[in-house]
Amino acid sequence: MARSNKPLVWSLFAAGGTVAAFVLPALVLITLMAGYGQVPASLSYEDMRTFAGGWLGKLVVFGVITLCLWHAAHRLRTALHGLGLRADGAVAVVGYGIAAAGTFLSVYYLLRI
Amino acid sequence: MSYKTIELAILRYRPETDQAPWFQDYRIPCEEDWVVLDAINYVKDHLDSTLSYRWSCHMAVCGSCGMMIDGEPRLSCKTFLRDLPEGKIRIEPLANFPIERDLVVILDDFMEKLQRVKPYIIRKEERALDQGEHLQTPAQLARFMQYTHCINCCCCYSACPQYALIPEFLGPAALALAHRYNLDSRDQGREEREEVVASNIGIWDCAFADACSLVCPKHVDPAGAIQQMKIGSTIAWYLDHLGLGRKKT
Amino acid sequence: MIEKSLPKPFVREVARTTWYLTRRRDRMHMAQELSSIFIGGYALLLLWGVKALAAGPEAYQAFLTSLGSPLSLGLHWLVLAVTLFHTVSWFGVTPKAMPVQIGEAFLPGGIIVGGHYVVWIALSLFILFVAGVFNGG
Repeated sequence: MARSNKPLVWSLFAAGGTVAAFVLPALVLITLMAGYGQVPASLSYEDMRTFAGGWLGKLVVFGVITLCLWHAAHRLRTALHGLGLRADGAVAVVGYGIAAAGTFLSVYYLLRI
Repeated sequence: MSYKTIELAILRYRPETDQAPWFQDYRIPCEEDWVVLDAINYVKDHLDSTLSYRWSCHMAVCGSCGMMIDGEPRLSCKTFLRDLPEGKIRIEPLANFPIERDLVVILDDFMEKLQRVKPYIIRKEERALDQGEHLQTPAQLARFMQYTHCINCCCCYSACPQYALIPEFLGPAALALAHRYNLDSRDQGREEREEVVASNIGIWDCAFADACSLVCPKHVDPAGAIQQMKIGSTIAWYLDHLGLGRKKT
Repeated sequence: MIEKSLPKPFVREVARTTWYLTRRRDRMHMAQELSSIFIGGYALLLLWGVKALAAGPEAYQAFLTSLGSPLSLGLHWLVLAVTLFHTVSWFGVTPKAMPVQIGEAFLPGGIIVGGHYVVWIALSLFILFVAGVFNGG
Protein backbone atom coordinates (compact mmCIF):
# COMPACT_ATOMS: atom_id res chain seq x y z
CA MET A 1 0.00 0.00 0.00
CA ALA A 2 1.71 3.16 -1.15
CA ARG A 3 1.59 6.37 0.83
CA SER A 4 -0.62 8.87 -0.86
CA ASN A 5 0.61 12.15 -2.32
CA LYS A 6 -2.65 13.77 -1.35
CA PRO A 7 -0.87 15.76 1.42
CA LEU A 8 0.35 18.17 -1.25
CA VAL A 9 -3.07 19.18 -2.52
CA TRP A 10 -4.64 18.79 0.89
CA SER A 11 -2.21 21.26 2.45
CA LEU A 12 -3.08 23.75 -0.28
CA PHE A 13 -6.77 23.09 0.38
CA ALA A 14 -6.31 23.62 4.13
CA ALA A 15 -4.20 26.76 3.70
CA GLY A 16 -6.65 28.12 1.14
CA GLY A 17 -9.63 27.40 3.35
CA THR A 18 -7.97 29.19 6.24
CA VAL A 19 -7.05 32.22 4.13
CA ALA A 20 -10.54 32.31 2.64
CA ALA A 21 -12.17 32.08 6.07
CA PHE A 22 -10.09 34.96 7.46
CA VAL A 23 -9.94 37.45 4.60
CA LEU A 24 -12.59 36.79 1.98
CA PRO A 25 -15.64 38.25 3.76
CA ALA A 26 -13.85 41.59 4.16
CA LEU A 27 -12.60 41.53 0.55
CA VAL A 28 -16.05 40.67 -0.80
CA LEU A 29 -17.45 43.56 1.21
CA ILE A 30 -14.88 45.88 -0.38
CA THR A 31 -15.62 44.87 -3.98
CA LEU A 32 -19.34 44.94 -3.18
CA MET A 33 -19.00 48.53 -2.01
CA ALA A 34 -17.00 49.35 -5.11
CA GLY A 35 -19.82 47.88 -7.19
CA TYR A 36 -22.28 50.27 -5.57
CA GLY A 37 -20.04 53.20 -6.52
CA GLN A 38 -18.59 53.59 -3.04
CA VAL A 39 -15.07 52.75 -4.18
CA PRO A 40 -12.87 52.63 -1.06
CA ALA A 41 -10.01 55.12 -1.32
CA SER A 42 -7.17 52.64 -1.48
CA LEU A 43 -8.81 50.80 -4.37
CA SER A 44 -7.77 53.61 -6.69
CA TYR A 45 -5.48 52.74 -9.58
CA GLU A 46 -2.51 54.61 -8.11
CA ASP A 47 -2.85 53.12 -4.62
CA MET A 48 -3.37 49.60 -5.94
CA ARG A 49 -0.36 49.89 -8.26
CA THR A 50 1.70 51.03 -5.26
CA PHE A 51 0.43 48.17 -3.13
CA ALA A 52 0.97 45.51 -5.76
CA GLY A 53 4.24 47.13 -6.77
CA GLY A 54 5.98 46.08 -3.60
CA TRP A 55 7.03 42.51 -2.92
CA LEU A 56 4.80 42.24 0.16
CA GLY A 57 1.76 43.36 -1.80
CA LYS A 58 2.57 40.91 -4.57
CA LEU A 59 2.93 38.11 -2.02
CA VAL A 60 -0.38 38.92 -0.37
CA VAL A 61 -2.28 39.12 -3.66
CA PHE A 62 -0.62 35.96 -4.98
CA GLY A 63 -1.29 34.12 -1.74
CA VAL A 64 -4.97 35.00 -1.52
CA ILE A 65 -5.77 34.26 -5.17
CA THR A 66 -3.81 31.04 -5.62
CA LEU A 67 -4.58 29.46 -2.24
CA CYS A 68 -8.30 30.08 -2.77
CA LEU A 69 -8.07 28.52 -6.25
CA TRP A 70 -6.32 25.38 -4.96
CA HIS A 71 -8.78 25.17 -2.07
CA ALA A 72 -11.69 25.23 -4.50
CA ALA A 73 -10.06 22.77 -6.91
CA HIS A 74 -9.50 20.14 -4.23
CA ARG A 75 -12.82 20.61 -2.45
CA LEU A 76 -14.80 20.49 -5.70
CA ARG A 77 -12.98 17.30 -6.64
CA THR A 78 -14.34 15.68 -3.46
CA ALA A 79 -17.77 17.27 -3.93
CA LEU A 80 -18.15 16.04 -7.50
CA HIS A 81 -17.22 12.53 -6.41
CA GLY A 82 -19.90 12.79 -3.73
CA LEU A 83 -22.39 13.97 -6.33
CA GLY A 84 -21.83 10.74 -8.24
CA LEU A 85 -19.18 11.76 -10.77
CA ARG A 86 -16.79 8.82 -10.60
CA ALA A 87 -14.16 10.04 -13.07
CA ASP A 88 -11.94 11.29 -10.26
CA GLY A 89 -8.81 11.36 -12.38
CA ALA A 90 -10.38 13.59 -15.04
CA VAL A 91 -11.92 15.89 -12.45
CA ALA A 92 -8.56 16.22 -10.71
CA VAL A 93 -6.74 17.09 -13.93
CA VAL A 94 -9.32 19.72 -14.92
CA GLY A 95 -9.65 21.23 -11.46
CA TYR A 96 -5.97 21.35 -10.56
CA GLY A 97 -5.27 22.45 -14.13
CA ILE A 98 -7.44 25.53 -13.68
CA ALA A 99 -5.79 26.24 -10.34
CA ALA A 100 -2.36 25.84 -11.91
CA ALA A 101 -3.31 28.16 -14.78
CA GLY A 102 -4.55 30.71 -12.26
CA THR A 103 -1.32 30.39 -10.31
CA PHE A 104 0.76 30.98 -13.42
CA LEU A 105 -1.38 33.91 -14.57
CA SER A 106 -1.30 35.64 -11.19
CA VAL A 107 2.51 35.49 -11.23
CA TYR A 108 2.54 36.72 -14.83
CA TYR A 109 0.27 39.70 -14.16
CA LEU A 110 1.87 40.61 -10.84
CA LEU A 111 5.32 40.69 -12.40
CA ARG A 112 4.00 43.30 -14.85
CA ILE A 113 3.09 45.70 -12.04
CA MET B 1 -51.27 -2.52 32.12
CA SER B 2 -48.69 -1.34 29.59
CA TYR B 3 -47.80 2.28 28.87
CA LYS B 4 -49.03 2.20 25.29
CA THR B 5 -49.09 0.23 22.04
CA ILE B 6 -46.48 0.94 19.42
CA GLU B 7 -45.88 -0.21 15.87
CA LEU B 8 -42.60 -1.45 14.50
CA ALA B 9 -41.69 -1.98 10.85
CA ILE B 10 -38.71 -4.34 10.85
CA LEU B 11 -36.76 -5.22 7.72
CA ARG B 12 -36.73 -8.98 7.25
CA TYR B 13 -34.49 -11.06 5.01
CA ARG B 14 -34.27 -14.82 4.97
CA PRO B 15 -31.61 -15.81 2.45
CA GLU B 16 -33.07 -19.28 1.96
CA THR B 17 -36.46 -17.99 0.83
CA ASP B 18 -36.31 -14.25 0.07
CA GLN B 19 -35.05 -12.59 -3.10
CA ALA B 20 -34.98 -9.19 -1.42
CA PRO B 21 -35.60 -7.71 2.03
CA TRP B 22 -39.13 -6.67 3.01
CA PHE B 23 -40.75 -4.89 5.94
CA GLN B 24 -42.80 -6.80 8.50
CA ASP B 25 -45.10 -4.87 10.83
CA TYR B 26 -45.58 -5.66 14.50
CA ARG B 27 -47.88 -4.05 17.07
CA ILE B 28 -46.67 -4.48 20.62
CA PRO B 29 -47.46 -3.17 24.12
CA CYS B 30 -44.55 -1.34 25.67
CA GLU B 31 -43.47 0.30 28.91
CA GLU B 32 -42.51 3.94 29.34
CA ASP B 33 -38.87 3.19 30.10
CA TRP B 34 -38.27 0.77 27.24
CA VAL B 35 -35.58 1.06 24.67
CA VAL B 36 -35.94 -0.20 21.10
CA LEU B 37 -34.08 -3.38 22.08
CA ASP B 38 -36.79 -4.16 24.66
CA ALA B 39 -39.42 -3.82 21.93
CA ILE B 40 -37.49 -6.13 19.59
CA ASN B 41 -36.98 -8.66 22.40
CA TYR B 42 -40.74 -8.58 23.02
CA VAL B 43 -41.32 -9.41 19.34
CA LYS B 44 -38.87 -12.30 19.54
CA ASP B 45 -40.23 -13.63 22.82
CA HIS B 46 -43.97 -13.31 22.14
CA LEU B 47 -44.74 -12.72 18.47
CA ASP B 48 -42.10 -13.98 16.09
CA SER B 49 -39.23 -16.17 17.25
CA THR B 50 -37.78 -16.23 13.72
CA LEU B 51 -36.53 -12.65 13.99
CA SER B 52 -32.71 -12.56 14.04
CA TYR B 53 -30.64 -9.75 15.53
CA ARG B 54 -27.55 -9.14 17.63
CA TRP B 55 -27.50 -7.84 21.19
CA SER B 56 -25.71 -8.59 24.43
CA CYS B 57 -25.05 -6.17 27.27
CA HIS B 58 -28.15 -3.96 26.98
CA MET B 59 -26.07 -1.12 28.43
CA ALA B 60 -24.18 0.41 25.50
CA VAL B 61 -20.78 -1.10 26.18
CA CYS B 62 -20.61 -4.20 23.98
CA GLY B 63 -21.40 -2.65 20.61
CA SER B 64 -23.54 -5.58 19.43
CA CYS B 65 -26.95 -3.99 18.88
CA GLY B 66 -26.23 -1.35 16.26
CA MET B 67 -29.04 -0.95 13.75
CA MET B 68 -30.83 1.70 11.66
CA ILE B 69 -33.68 3.18 13.70
CA ASP B 70 -35.81 5.58 11.64
CA GLY B 71 -32.91 5.82 9.20
CA GLU B 72 -30.21 6.65 11.76
CA PRO B 73 -27.50 4.20 12.91
CA ARG B 74 -28.01 3.80 16.64
CA LEU B 75 -27.61 1.30 19.47
CA SER B 76 -31.03 -0.23 20.02
CA CYS B 77 -30.26 -0.55 23.76
CA LYS B 78 -29.58 3.17 24.00
CA THR B 79 -32.55 4.44 21.99
CA PHE B 80 -35.50 5.15 24.23
CA LEU B 81 -38.98 4.71 22.74
CA ARG B 82 -40.12 7.89 24.47
CA ASP B 83 -37.49 9.89 22.53
CA LEU B 84 -38.71 8.71 19.14
CA PRO B 85 -41.43 10.57 17.23
CA GLU B 86 -44.97 9.21 17.19
CA GLY B 87 -45.81 6.66 14.56
CA LYS B 88 -44.35 3.47 13.19
CA ILE B 89 -40.70 2.90 14.10
CA ARG B 90 -38.64 1.78 11.13
CA ILE B 91 -35.92 -0.71 12.05
CA GLU B 92 -33.35 -1.91 9.53
CA PRO B 93 -29.92 -3.50 9.67
CA LEU B 94 -26.84 -1.24 9.77
CA ALA B 95 -26.37 0.53 6.44
CA ASN B 96 -23.33 -0.05 4.20
CA PHE B 97 -22.95 -3.68 5.25
CA PRO B 98 -24.32 -6.76 3.46
CA ILE B 99 -27.34 -8.26 5.15
CA GLU B 100 -26.85 -11.82 6.37
CA ARG B 101 -30.32 -12.36 7.84
CA ASP B 102 -32.94 -9.91 9.15
CA LEU B 103 -31.09 -7.36 11.28
CA VAL B 104 -27.77 -9.23 11.22
CA VAL B 105 -25.11 -7.76 8.93
CA ILE B 106 -21.81 -9.20 7.77
CA LEU B 107 -19.02 -7.29 9.52
CA ASP B 108 -16.07 -9.17 8.03
CA ASP B 109 -14.84 -6.11 6.13
CA PHE B 110 -14.75 -4.07 9.33
CA MET B 111 -12.97 -6.83 11.26
CA GLU B 112 -10.31 -7.10 8.58
CA LYS B 113 -9.75 -3.37 8.48
CA LEU B 114 -9.37 -3.17 12.27
CA GLN B 115 -6.48 -5.61 12.07
CA ARG B 116 -4.83 -3.77 9.19
CA VAL B 117 -4.07 -0.69 11.29
CA LYS B 118 -2.01 -2.80 13.74
CA PRO B 119 -4.01 -1.92 16.84
CA TYR B 120 -1.43 -2.89 19.46
CA ILE B 121 1.61 -1.34 21.12
CA ILE B 122 4.53 -1.53 18.71
CA ARG B 123 8.02 -1.07 20.13
CA LYS B 124 11.25 -0.57 18.23
CA GLU B 125 12.84 -2.52 21.03
CA GLU B 126 10.81 -4.45 23.54
CA ARG B 127 11.23 -3.41 27.14
CA ALA B 128 13.21 -5.96 29.15
CA LEU B 129 11.39 -7.49 32.11
CA ASP B 130 13.84 -6.14 34.62
CA GLN B 131 13.18 -2.60 33.33
CA GLY B 132 9.76 -2.91 34.86
CA GLU B 133 6.49 -1.70 33.44
CA HIS B 134 5.89 1.25 31.12
CA LEU B 135 5.22 4.34 33.18
CA GLN B 136 2.60 6.75 31.99
CA THR B 137 1.45 10.01 33.54
CA PRO B 138 -2.24 10.90 33.78
CA ALA B 139 -1.60 13.60 31.16
CA GLN B 140 -0.12 11.04 28.76
CA LEU B 141 -3.15 8.82 29.31
CA ALA B 142 -5.56 11.73 28.80
CA ARG B 143 -3.97 12.37 25.41
CA PHE B 144 -5.43 9.20 23.87
CA MET B 145 -8.11 8.16 26.39
CA GLN B 146 -11.04 9.36 24.28
CA TYR B 147 -10.06 7.09 21.38
CA THR B 148 -10.04 3.99 23.60
CA HIS B 149 -13.77 4.28 24.11
CA CYS B 150 -14.73 2.72 20.77
CA ILE B 151 -17.00 -0.30 21.26
CA ASN B 152 -16.80 -1.41 17.61
CA CYS B 153 -20.53 -0.93 17.07
CA CYS B 154 -20.01 0.16 13.44
CA CYS B 155 -22.57 2.97 13.63
CA CYS B 156 -19.89 5.26 12.21
CA TYR B 157 -19.46 3.06 9.14
CA SER B 158 -23.20 3.20 8.55
CA ALA B 159 -23.22 6.98 8.74
CA CYS B 160 -20.09 7.59 6.68
CA PRO B 161 -20.91 8.70 3.11
CA GLN B 162 -17.40 7.88 1.95
CA TYR B 163 -17.64 4.27 3.19
CA ALA B 164 -20.96 4.04 1.36
CA LEU B 165 -19.40 5.28 -1.88
CA ILE B 166 -15.91 3.78 -1.52
CA PRO B 167 -16.04 0.27 0.02
CA GLU B 168 -12.23 0.09 0.20
CA PHE B 169 -12.10 3.01 2.64
CA LEU B 170 -10.61 1.92 5.98
CA GLY B 171 -13.35 3.81 7.78
CA PRO B 172 -13.76 5.91 10.93
CA ALA B 173 -13.37 3.33 13.71
CA ALA B 174 -10.27 1.66 12.27
CA LEU B 175 -8.59 5.04 11.74
CA ALA B 176 -9.57 6.31 15.19
CA LEU B 177 -8.04 3.14 16.61
CA ALA B 178 -4.80 3.80 14.72
CA HIS B 179 -4.79 7.30 16.19
CA ARG B 180 -5.35 5.84 19.68
CA TYR B 181 -2.11 3.90 19.38
CA ASN B 182 -0.20 6.69 17.65
CA LEU B 183 -1.00 8.97 20.58
CA ASP B 184 -0.07 6.38 23.21
CA SER B 185 3.27 7.32 24.79
CA ARG B 186 4.20 3.63 25.04
CA ASP B 187 3.83 3.15 21.29
CA GLN B 188 6.55 3.59 18.66
CA GLY B 189 4.63 2.23 15.71
CA ARG B 190 3.33 5.34 13.94
CA GLU B 191 5.63 4.80 10.97
CA GLU B 192 4.45 1.21 10.54
CA ARG B 193 0.83 2.26 10.62
CA GLU B 194 1.41 5.10 8.14
CA GLU B 195 1.77 2.62 5.28
CA VAL B 196 -1.93 1.84 5.58
CA VAL B 197 -3.22 4.93 7.38
CA ALA B 198 -1.64 7.44 4.98
CA SER B 199 -2.60 5.46 1.89
CA ASN B 200 -5.31 6.49 -0.53
CA ILE B 201 -7.82 4.26 1.25
CA GLY B 202 -6.83 5.53 4.68
CA ILE B 203 -7.24 9.05 6.00
CA TRP B 204 -7.15 10.54 2.48
CA ASP B 205 -10.51 9.02 1.56
CA CYS B 206 -12.15 10.97 4.38
CA ALA B 207 -14.09 14.04 3.25
CA PHE B 208 -14.72 15.28 6.80
CA ALA B 209 -18.48 14.88 6.60
CA ASP B 210 -18.36 14.43 10.40
CA ALA B 211 -21.33 12.03 10.27
CA CYS B 212 -19.28 9.40 12.12
CA SER B 213 -18.71 11.63 15.13
CA LEU B 214 -22.31 12.76 15.18
CA VAL B 215 -23.66 9.19 15.48
CA CYS B 216 -20.96 7.70 17.73
CA PRO B 217 -22.68 6.52 20.94
CA LYS B 218 -19.40 6.74 22.90
CA HIS B 219 -18.32 10.21 21.69
CA VAL B 220 -15.05 8.90 20.32
CA ASP B 221 -14.98 11.60 17.60
CA PRO B 222 -13.31 9.58 14.83
CA ALA B 223 -13.61 12.57 12.49
CA GLY B 224 -11.39 14.58 14.82
CA ALA B 225 -8.92 11.70 15.00
CA ILE B 226 -8.72 11.55 11.21
CA GLN B 227 -8.23 15.31 10.79
CA GLN B 228 -5.45 15.25 13.39
CA MET B 229 -3.79 12.42 11.47
CA LYS B 230 -4.14 14.35 8.20
CA ILE B 231 -2.22 17.25 9.71
CA GLY B 232 0.44 14.95 11.18
CA SER B 233 0.82 12.98 7.96
CA THR B 234 1.00 16.17 5.88
CA ILE B 235 3.80 17.57 8.02
CA ALA B 236 5.59 14.22 7.79
CA TRP B 237 5.08 14.18 4.00
CA TYR B 238 6.68 17.62 3.59
CA LEU B 239 9.57 16.73 5.89
CA ASP B 240 10.13 13.52 3.91
CA HIS B 241 10.07 15.29 0.57
CA LEU B 242 12.37 18.03 1.81
CA GLY B 243 14.81 15.39 3.00
CA LEU B 244 14.31 16.36 6.63
CA GLY B 245 12.22 13.40 7.58
CA ARG B 246 12.66 10.17 9.36
CA LYS B 247 15.80 8.11 8.86
CA LYS B 248 15.13 5.33 6.41
CA THR B 249 16.04 1.97 7.94
CA MET C 1 -11.15 -21.05 11.28
CA ILE C 2 -14.80 -21.99 10.92
CA GLU C 3 -15.85 -21.73 7.29
CA LYS C 4 -18.97 -19.62 7.18
CA SER C 5 -21.37 -20.66 4.50
CA LEU C 6 -23.39 -17.57 3.69
CA PRO C 7 -26.14 -18.61 1.33
CA LYS C 8 -26.98 -15.19 -0.11
CA PRO C 9 -25.93 -11.93 1.53
CA PHE C 10 -28.00 -8.99 0.32
CA VAL C 11 -26.14 -5.84 -0.64
CA ARG C 12 -28.25 -2.69 -0.52
CA GLU C 13 -27.84 -0.08 -3.27
CA VAL C 14 -26.36 3.33 -2.45
CA ALA C 15 -28.01 6.32 -4.09
CA ARG C 16 -24.82 7.66 -5.65
CA THR C 17 -26.19 11.00 -6.81
CA THR C 18 -28.84 11.78 -4.19
CA TRP C 19 -27.63 10.29 -0.88
CA TYR C 20 -26.88 13.73 0.58
CA LEU C 21 -30.48 14.94 0.22
CA THR C 22 -32.01 12.71 2.89
CA ARG C 23 -30.39 13.93 6.09
CA ARG C 24 -29.80 17.48 7.22
CA ARG C 25 -26.20 16.78 8.26
CA ASP C 26 -25.44 15.38 4.79
CA ARG C 27 -27.06 18.41 3.11
CA MET C 28 -24.98 20.72 5.28
CA HIS C 29 -21.82 18.82 4.39
CA MET C 30 -22.54 19.01 0.65
CA ALA C 31 -23.34 22.74 1.01
CA GLN C 32 -19.96 23.28 2.65
CA GLU C 33 -18.23 21.35 -0.12
CA LEU C 34 -20.03 23.36 -2.82
CA SER C 35 -19.24 26.67 -1.09
CA SER C 36 -15.80 26.24 -2.63
CA ILE C 37 -17.27 27.03 -6.08
CA PHE C 38 -17.95 30.57 -4.91
CA ILE C 39 -14.57 30.89 -3.21
CA GLY C 40 -12.83 29.77 -6.39
CA GLY C 41 -15.06 32.03 -8.47
CA TYR C 42 -14.25 35.05 -6.33
CA ALA C 43 -10.53 34.26 -6.57
CA LEU C 44 -10.93 34.31 -10.36
CA LEU C 45 -12.62 37.71 -10.06
CA LEU C 46 -9.63 38.98 -8.06
CA LEU C 47 -7.34 37.52 -10.71
CA TRP C 48 -9.25 39.41 -13.38
CA GLY C 49 -8.80 42.56 -11.29
CA VAL C 50 -5.05 41.98 -11.09
CA LYS C 51 -4.99 41.50 -14.86
CA ALA C 52 -6.79 44.80 -15.30
CA LEU C 53 -4.46 46.49 -12.81
CA ALA C 54 -1.45 45.27 -14.77
CA ALA C 55 -2.96 46.37 -18.08
CA GLY C 56 -3.35 50.04 -17.20
CA PRO C 57 -5.68 52.73 -15.81
CA GLU C 58 -8.41 52.36 -18.49
CA ALA C 59 -8.59 48.59 -18.08
CA TYR C 60 -8.64 48.93 -14.29
CA GLN C 61 -11.42 51.53 -14.41
CA ALA C 62 -13.40 49.24 -16.71
CA PHE C 63 -12.96 46.48 -14.14
CA LEU C 64 -14.23 48.69 -11.31
CA THR C 65 -17.19 49.76 -13.44
CA SER C 66 -18.12 46.20 -14.28
CA LEU C 67 -18.33 45.45 -10.56
CA GLY C 68 -21.49 47.57 -10.62
CA SER C 69 -23.42 45.46 -13.11
CA PRO C 70 -26.61 43.88 -11.74
CA LEU C 71 -25.11 40.42 -12.28
CA SER C 72 -21.98 41.36 -10.35
CA LEU C 73 -23.96 42.90 -7.48
CA GLY C 74 -26.27 39.92 -7.27
CA LEU C 75 -23.38 37.47 -7.29
CA HIS C 76 -21.54 39.56 -4.71
CA TRP C 77 -24.38 39.26 -2.21
CA LEU C 78 -24.46 35.50 -2.83
CA VAL C 79 -20.68 35.21 -2.48
CA LEU C 80 -20.78 37.29 0.71
CA ALA C 81 -23.32 34.92 2.25
CA VAL C 82 -21.34 31.87 1.13
CA THR C 83 -17.98 33.18 2.40
CA LEU C 84 -19.57 33.91 5.78
CA PHE C 85 -21.01 30.38 5.76
CA HIS C 86 -17.51 29.07 4.97
CA THR C 87 -15.93 31.12 7.76
CA VAL C 88 -18.42 29.90 10.35
CA SER C 89 -18.20 26.24 9.36
CA TRP C 90 -14.38 26.34 8.97
CA PHE C 91 -13.84 27.90 12.40
CA GLY C 92 -16.36 25.50 13.93
CA VAL C 93 -14.25 22.41 13.30
CA THR C 94 -10.89 23.78 14.45
CA PRO C 95 -11.14 22.23 17.96
CA LYS C 96 -11.47 18.79 16.37
CA ALA C 97 -8.43 19.22 14.15
CA MET C 98 -6.26 21.00 16.73
CA PRO C 99 -7.12 19.91 20.27
CA VAL C 100 -5.10 21.81 22.86
CA GLN C 101 -4.16 19.73 25.89
CA ILE C 102 -3.21 21.51 29.08
CA GLY C 103 -2.15 19.04 31.75
CA GLU C 104 -4.84 16.39 31.88
CA ALA C 105 -7.57 18.59 30.49
CA PHE C 106 -8.33 19.97 27.08
CA LEU C 107 -8.97 23.61 26.24
CA PRO C 108 -12.72 24.01 25.71
CA GLY C 109 -13.58 24.07 22.03
CA GLY C 110 -15.44 27.32 22.49
CA ILE C 111 -12.22 29.10 23.38
CA ILE C 112 -10.45 27.85 20.28
CA VAL C 113 -13.37 28.81 18.05
CA GLY C 114 -13.81 32.12 19.87
CA GLY C 115 -10.15 32.92 19.41
CA HIS C 116 -10.55 32.46 15.66
CA TYR C 117 -13.48 34.86 15.60
CA VAL C 118 -11.52 37.49 17.54
CA VAL C 119 -8.64 37.29 15.05
CA TRP C 120 -11.10 37.30 12.14
CA ILE C 121 -12.89 40.43 13.30
CA ALA C 122 -9.63 42.24 14.03
CA LEU C 123 -8.14 41.23 10.68
CA SER C 124 -11.32 42.17 8.78
CA LEU C 125 -11.41 45.60 10.40
CA PHE C 126 -7.73 46.04 9.55
CA ILE C 127 -8.32 45.11 5.91
CA LEU C 128 -11.29 47.46 5.67
CA PHE C 129 -9.26 50.23 7.32
CA VAL C 130 -6.28 49.78 5.00
CA ALA C 131 -8.65 49.77 2.03
CA GLY C 132 -9.88 53.17 3.13
CA VAL C 133 -13.44 52.12 3.87
CA PHE C 134 -13.52 54.23 7.03
CA ASN C 135 -12.19 57.37 5.36
CA GLY C 136 -15.68 58.54 4.55
CA GLY C 137 -16.81 59.87 1.16
